[in-house]
Amino acid sequence: MARQPQAQPSDNIIRVRDITVQFGKNRILDGLNLDVKRGEILGFVGPSGAGKSVLTRTIIGLVPKVAGNIEVFGIDLDSADAKTRRGVERRWGVLFQQGALFSSLTVRQNIQFPIREYLSLSQRLMDEITVAKLGMVGLKPEVADRFPSELSGGMIKRVALARALALDPELVFLDEPTSGLDPIGAGDFDELVRTLQRTLGLTVFMVTHDLDSLYTACDRIAVLGNGKIIAAGSVADMQASQHPWLRQYFHGKRARAVMS
Amino acid sequence: MDVSLRDEQRFGWGVGIVSSDPTLERIARGNGLALCAAGSWTARFAPDLERIVADAEKLAGSRPNIFIDVSQVSRLDTFGAWLIERLRRSLTQGGVEAKIAGLSANYATLVDEVRRVKASPALDASPVSLTGMLDQIGRSVAGVGTTLVGLIDMLGAVLAAGGRVLIRPRGFRLTSTVHHLEQVCWRAVPIVVLITFLIGCIIAQQGIFHFRQFGADIFVVDMLGVLVLREIGVLLVAIMVAGRSGSAYTAELGSMKMREEIDALRTMGFDAIEVLILPRMLALVLALPILAFLGAMAALYGGGLVAWLYGGVEPEAFLLRLRDAISINHFIVGMIKAPVMAAVIGIVACVEGLAVQGSAESLGQHTTSSVVKGIFFVIVMDGVFAIFFASIGM
Repeated sequence: MARQPQAQPSDNIIRVRDITVQFGKNRILDGLNLDVKRGEILGFVGPSGAGKSVLTRTIIGLVPKVAGNIEVFGIDLDSADAKTRRGVERRWGVLFQQGALFSSLTVRQNIQFPIREYLSLSQRLMDEITVAKLGMVGLKPEVADRFPSELSGGMIKRVALARALALDPELVFLDEPTSGLDPIGAGDFDELVRTLQRTLGLTVFMVTHDLDSLYTACDRIAVLGNGKIIAAGSVADMQASQHPWLRQYFHGKRARAVMS
Repeated sequence: MDVSLRDEQRFGWGVGIVSSDPTLERIARGNGLALCAAGSWTARFAPDLERIVADAEKLAGSRPNIFIDVSQVSRLDTFGAWLIERLRRSLTQGGVEAKIAGLSANYATLVDEVRRVKASPALDASPVSLTGMLDQIGRSVAGVGTTLVGLIDMLGAVLAAGGRVLIRPRGFRLTSTVHHLEQVCWRAVPIVVLITFLIGCIIAQQGIFHFRQFGADIFVVDMLGVLVLREIGVLLVAIMVAGRSGSAYTAELGSMKMREEIDALRTMGFDAIEVLILPRMLALVLALPILAFLGAMAALYGGGLVAWLYGGVEPEAFLLRLRDAISINHFIVGMIKAPVMAAVIGIVACVEGLAVQGSAESLGQHTTSSVVKGIFFVIVMDGVFAIFFASIGM
């Protein structure tokens, strides 16, 4: 699928160098390097417990690292002052694995929360934008006045994505966005991410286990193992790789089923 | 606005992308009018954009042919696209549709996306009215009845579960009970002893200070003994336990309810009352008399210490007087009340815990009301007991 690049494709939006993260004596990430290019959808895979979510949380700044440095939008997050950091945080959106919607707020209030904090807009415009965002993630406006506890699992993911997109970020982190969705819902979600990336020029960092997502939505795939990136490249590169885990992953029974 | 502009320069926002203030120029073309949008129509500039668009909306109907030219827009996101769409809608009047010209292929999808947005649903703000207030009062009064029924319901369920366990002792959860006993009894000892000790000291000091005016210093021992063993000891400890353990029970059960753990238990064929509530209730019913006894001893000790150091009542004299002043009845009255109060606290806490709904706010509300109701019912029970023991002459 050809796509017009929003800016120079060589432009790295995330630049991770020699990241080491450990909990106690347990080293999770060990001198990891990773680049994410502007305007691409990067699929991030690896065995369970390899530290995919840890890397995501380290980049976002939720997990402290022992060594290495991270640049997002060309800004080193360690040396940046609080105000610069806030500026960066406003330019990314995060979809957590469980959605992490605020349970005491309605869907409308959840989506308007970041907008209200960062922009002084009229209630009318915020309501209209909320409806637009809900429409984008495939939900009806009637959902707006429900509470998160009244939503299904798939709806929670969609609302969480709408909240992550509330401020029209340039970069979104998706932590297993399609887990727990039915295959049709998951397919819709991939399509949705793809459409949003095209229309809004998003850069997407997606942790996933879903082979379908990798094949249909991602431009590039990075594979995590032993605390490092084992391989990064297109689906074809991955299939050509001789690494045992990759061979199993991309040539296993499930992979063949997806490919056929 | 200035601030965000400066930020933008410092962040090096979007390499190679010109980011500038959005504008909407009005250019007359024949009898028509072109609205030329330019600059960044993005979230960052949304407050300005809203103003610009609101101004332009007033042009509706002023010219027969108005169209919006967006070819000069350098960046567009949902906010900008929606505002352009909103402008288009308000300019569309009398059957003449306003057109959007110069839309690049990239942005066309985005504009199509927002085109599907229906006019915003009106927020139904409920106005404050007299009927609304009466409605609220009515509901709260009815709520009292529901609360009482809920408590009796839980009491019955717990007794029934206890009966089942008596018939089939293998269903009894000893480990769980011991664990909760440690939490609510053993770990509560230091704070309970400290607080009751201090209260004993204060009662003795106040008593001596005021009784001394009549030369009745020694009667402070009578007051201390009766008050501590009969009322203050158990009441104070019950209030502390309601705050300390009742709230913990509600929060534990509430978060288990929220995370569907209680439903999981039920589907595996376990009875939540038997597995979760009975051990907690039993632990509390055992713990409160023990804590009340320790509390009473600590209060008497504190009172005795103050009587000695502050009031000059020698320890031997204090003990002699205490033996005369109190009978075993006072002690028994206190000890009979303790397990009943524990049961009340436990039942209130468990009912509130199981009533938690899906949100964090609901958990907070029910934990609060668990403590408030627990303390309230403890004091009501104390009053009932006072009348009962007075009438049977104990």
